[in-house]
Amino acid sequence: MKIKPKFTISTKKINGWITFIILLIAAVISVFPFFWMVVGSTNTSADVTMGTMSFGSALKVNWNNLVEKASLLRIFWNTAKTTLIYTFLSVLICSMAGYGFEKYRSKSRNLLYNVFLISMMIPFASQMIPLFKMMNKLKLMDTHTAIILPTLAMPFLIFFFRQSFISFPTEIIEASRIDGANELRIFFSLVLPPMRATFAAGFIYSFMKQWNNYLWPLIVLQSNEQKTFTLLLSSLSSAYFVDYGQLMLAIVLATLPILIVFLTMQKHFVTGIVGSSK
Amino acid sequence: MKKRTKKLINYNAYGWFFVSFALILFCVFTIYPAFESIWLSFQTFDEGAFRFSGLDNFKRMLGDKLFFKSMANTFLFLIIQVPIMKVLALSFATMLNKPKLKARGILRTAIFLPCVTSLVAYSVLFKMMFSMNGIVNNVLMSLDVLSESFQWLQNPIWAKIIIIIALTWRWTGYDVIFFLAAMQNIPAETYEAAQIDGSNSWNTFWKITLPQLKPIILLTMIMSTNGTLQLFDEPMNITMGGPANSTLTMSQYIYNQSFVYSPNLGYSATLSYVIVFIMIILAIIQFRITGDDAK
Repeated sequence: MKIKPKFTISTKKINGWITFIILLIAAVISVFPFFWMVVGSTNTSADVTMGTMSFGSALKVNWNNLVEKASLLRIFWNTAKTTLIYTFLSVLICSMAGYGFEKYRSKSRNLLYNVFLISMMIPFASQMIPLFKMMNKLKLMDTHTAIILPTLAMPFLIFFFRQSFISFPTEIIEASRIDGANELRIFFSLVLPPMRATFAAGFIYSFMKQWNNYLWPLIVLQSNEQKTFTLLLSSLSSAYFVDYGQLMLAIVLATLPILIVFLTMQKHFVTGIVGSSK
Repeated sequence: MKKRTKKLINYNAYGWFFVSFALILFCVFTIYPAFESIWLSFQTFDEGAFRFSGLDNFKRMLGDKLFFKSMANTFLFLIIQVPIMKVLALSFATMLNKPKLKARGILRTAIFLPCVTSLVAYSVLFKMMFSMNGIVNNVLMSLDVLSESFQWLQNPIWAKIIIIIALTWRWTGYDVIFFLAAMQNIPAETYEAAQIDGSNSWNTFWKITLPQLKPIILLTMIMSTNGTLQLFDEPMNITMGGPANSTLTMSQYIYNQSFVYSPNLGYSATLSYVIVFIMIILAIIQFRITGDDAK
C-alpha cells in the first residue's frame, strides 16, 4: 500500500511527459507553415526555395512586386467588404431563424427545420449551375451581391444557433412578455447579450467561410476590379514563373486578418461551441 | 394544455417572422436551384438552347471513364484521409483535455491554428513546399536523402499522398475543436468515479469518453464526408487534378464540365446529382452505424 501510490505517480508523470511531447510535435507541425510564410515573405524567391529559415531583407522588394502585379488595396477592400457584409447578415438571419425554430415551436416549423438540416446534404456543385444561370439572368455576374446573397441562409449556422438557444431559459422570455416587452426587443436586448459567446462563434465561422470562399467567386467574379484574395493567390501560384517571395507575402496578407479575428475571439469560439453541443 | 396551445397561436406569426428571412433566401437560392438541377439533368444544351433529351445524360455518364476515375479518386481521399484525421483529432482532443497538461492553452491554440487558413492559401503553401525547386527537395538533397530533386506532384501516388497530408494538416484542428467542446460537457465526476473504480485511462476513453462523444463524432463524420465529396480547392490549387487526372475530384470534374471544357450544363447537373445520392446513402449508413442513441 505504501509503495503503490509512489509507483502510480511516477508512471503518471511519464505519461504526462509523453502526452506533452506528442502534442508539442503536433503543435510545431501546425505552426510551422505560418512561421515559414512570414519568414518567406521577407526573402527572395531563390532564398525561399533554398529553405532559408531566417528573416531576409527582401520584404520591400516583394511588396513592390506585389503592388505592381495587383491592386492590393482594391483586393483587400473587396474581400473585407464582402466578408463583413456577409458575416453580419448571415449571423443576423441565421440566429433569428434558429431562435424562431427553437423558441416558437410548431409542427410546420419543425418540419421546415428538418428540411433545412437535410439540405446540408445537397452539395454546392448541384446548385452552382442553376445559380450561375440565375445570376446571369439577374445581371448580377461580376458583382459582389452575387457572392454574398446565395449562401446567406446557412443550414449549419441555423442548426448551431438553434442548438445554443435551447440552453436559454424560456421562463425569462415569458416573464418579460408579461412585463409587456415586444418580441423583437426580447430577442435583441434580452436574449442576445448573454449569448455573446455563441454569436462570436457564429461570427468567426461565417467570417472564415466568406473570407476563404473560392469556388463561387471563381465562377462569378471575372474582372480584376472585383477580385478577392483567394482568386489573387490562386492566379499568382499558377503563373508560369512563380515569384515565391511575392506569393508568400500575398499569403501572409490574406491570412493575417483572419488570424487576428480568430486569436482575439478564440475563447468565445470554444465556449460558443461548448454551449451548442450540450 | 389548452392554454399553452393558445399562447403558441398568438406567437405563431412572430415565429414565422423570425424564420422568414432565412426561409425566403433558402427557397430562392437552395431549393429552387436544387430542383432546377434535376430538370437540367434531363436536358442537353446545343445550338444556344436547352432541349429535352431524356436519359441521354445518364447514359453518357455510365460510359464516362473520366467521371468514374474522379469518383474513385474522391473515394480514395474519403476512405484514407477521414479515418486518419478522426483518430488523430480524437487523440489530440483527449490529450488536450487533461487538466494537468503543461502549456495547455498554447498547445491548444497551436493545434487549432491551421483551420483559420484559407483553403487556397494553404494549398498554395503545400504546392510550394513540394514543387521541383521547393523546400522539401532542397532539404532532402542537402541531407543526402535524395540525389536529385524529385517531382512529387508529377507522381500519381505522391500527388495523392501530398493532398492527404495537406488535408490532414488543415482539418484535424477543426475536428479537435468540436471534440474538445463535447468533452468539456462530460461531467468531471464521471471521470473521478471511474478513477475510484480503478479504471485506467485507456478503459476510461473507450467506456466513458467515446460513448459520450458519439453524437459529435457523427456530426463531424457527416461534415467531413460532405467536405471530401465536394473536394475542390485543394486539388485545384495543389495539382490542378494532375498528373494525368490522378487527383481529379468529382467537384473538379463537374466544374470542368461546366466552365472549362465546352460548357455542358445539363450533363454537369446529372453528375452533381450523383454526389447528392452518394451523400444521402453515406449519411444513412453513418446514422445506422452510430445507432439510435446518437440522436
